[in-house]
Amino acid sequence: MTDGTPTVLAAELVRWSWIGDHTDDIRDALVQHLELTGLAVLFGSLLAFPLALAAVRWPRLYAPILGFSGVLFTIPSLALFILLIPFTGLRIWTALIGLTMYTLLILVRNMVEGLRGVDPDVREAAEAMGYTRARQLFQVELPLALPVIVAGLRIATVTTIGLVTVTALIGWGGLGQLFILGFTLDFSTPLVVGIVLSALLAFAADLLLVGAQRGLTPWARSRGS
Amino acid sequence: MVAWAGVECTVDTLRATLAHYATTSDGPPQGAGPHVISFENVSKRFANGTIAVHDLDLEVPKGEVTVLVGPSGCGKTTTLRMINRMIEATSGRIVVDGQDVRQVDPPQLRRRIGYVIQQVGLFPHRTVGENIATVPELVGWDKQRIRARIGELLDLVGLPAEVVDRYPHQLSGGQRQRVGVARALAVDPPIMLMDEPFGAVDPIVRGRLQDEFLRLQQEVQKTIVFVTHDIDEAIKMGDRIAILRQGGFLEQYAPPEELLAEPADDFVADFLGAERGLKRLALIPVSAVKAEPGPVVAPDDDGHRAPQAAEAFGSDWVVVVDADRRLLGWADAAEAAEKPKVGDAEVRPFRLQVDADDSLRAALNAMVQSHTGVAVRVSHGDRYEGLVTLELLSKEIS
Repeated sequence: MTDGTPTVLAAELVRWSWIGDHTDDIRDALVQHLELTGLAVLFGSLLAFPLALAAVRWPRLYAPILGFSGVLFTIPSLALFILLIPFTGLRIWTALIGLTMYTLLILVRNMVEGLRGVDPDVREAAEAMGYTRARQLFQVELPLALPVIVAGLRIATVTTIGLVTVTALIGWGGLGQLFILGFTLDFSTPLVVGIVLSALLAFAADLLLVGAQRGLTPWARSRGS
Repeated sequence: MVAWAGVECTVDTLRATLAHYATTSDGPPQGAGPHVISFENVSKRFANGTIAVHDLDLEVPKGEVTVLVGPSGCGKTTTLRMINRMIEATSGRIVVDGQDVRQVDPPQLRRRIGYVIQQVGLFPHRTVGENIATVPELVGWDKQRIRARIGELLDLVGLPAEVVDRYPHQLSGGQRQRVGVARALAVDPPIMLMDEPFGAVDPIVRGRLQDEFLRLQQEVQKTIVFVTHDIDEAIKMGDRIAILRQGGFLEQYAPPEELLAEPADDFVADFLGAERGLKRLALIPVSAVKAEPGPVVAPDDDGHRAPQAAEAFGSDWVVVVDADRRLLGWADAAEAAEKPKVGDAEVRPFRLQVDADDSLRAALNAMVQSHTGVAVRVSHGDRYEGLVTLELLSKEIS
């Protein structure tokens, strides 16, 4: 970009023929992006769920759990990935561990807030009806906490979609690879494709989660009718 | 607001249900001795050292409404929740249905005890039908039986069948309360615990729900433990009332009439309030006092009979009653004396009349609202039975 004037850059912003020649690469990058995001949010949820349950059951644990996830969240992402390399090398785990750790804070906090937000009268009624603990959790508390939990999933997912690009620096990155390519070749087309696709991906994932929530919470839909 | 109607016509469905339980083995536990709850030296001390219940002995009789009442901090809700082990007693024994509650798994115990709380606690994510189906599903009824039961219960509590698919937030407060009662009655538990069940609705709806609940209770005859902080509600709903004081002391346990007539101590007397006499009058039926015959004249009597009758009774008016003892009204004695016949004078109707089933409080109301200062007791609408006077009332309650 050193010798390119702005007008030239604008004209050259997207070279369609390059996109046509590289559809397979772009598709692979997109699939990897999806994989990394999906797995990170999945692992994050699997980890966050027992942590959240513990924090709800023993309120004294909440502050340390939240503090720990908060510390993880504040580590600069690039630094975190580099710190992990001595332990996990350049395998996919390096990327996944880092991405998963970043989802924890949001997921734990929303799960805890969602479960705590269940009306105490409803919880008391469920207990008095003769629900066992586990059944009460899955049939009463989790469904009622769902809107708040899904809100957390949405933020975690969109955040992760952005963060995945950083893992390009340790050999992964999904659409982030297109950024590296663009910078290395000093060529804007892959950059634009990467940005547009990751933004679209984030938007689509968010929409999907909102739709899933509406489908799963019919009682909230009829509110105000 | 849908009226809590149709109780009479649904009694048959309820009887059929009860008969059904009696003949099938999968119904709720029935007939396992008298459904009484007894507290034996029960105390509850919370982790922070607060004593909520202090060495409580209490017997809750079968088929009656026992009200726990007292100021906040008296341990009434704690007492209630120890019955189904929502709170565990620190010491002592609670026996339900002949069984120490500590020997029963809490979820199992709770499924046989109906529970209604102030905020109703309906599950917001479930429809009315699904809410009512909660305990039947927990105890494993089949779908068809549950569906039939939901229909019966909606009918029983006076809700239209179409509310079955609504969510709780789409109902009025009174309707939610009824769904809460229906849900608690779902598997026809012999025992019901109610924690300020009518506290969350406005006073008008509350009064109606109380009346309907009492009517329902006459039919279902549940053993009910009812918690309230409102002494008037306690007097209205309770067959027996336990008055508790801060720190979990039982001050007095007696039927409402006895409580009002002979409060055990100043705390109870204070709690019952300054209008204790009036509250008592509300519980005593007119039939409990013998009505005075009163200054009765017939419309055909000579006019001068009126002042004689009035003087004998100590009034300046007479009651005009025809040959069939039908009440015609009252007439001014002096005015009647100037007429050839009593019936020629102006005979004015008594605006308020009471019959045997009305309360003495209603009689008192009739007295203070009438020129004559007495309440006229009638039967069958217009048959004259006599007069209820203030002297008779004060003799009854003093």
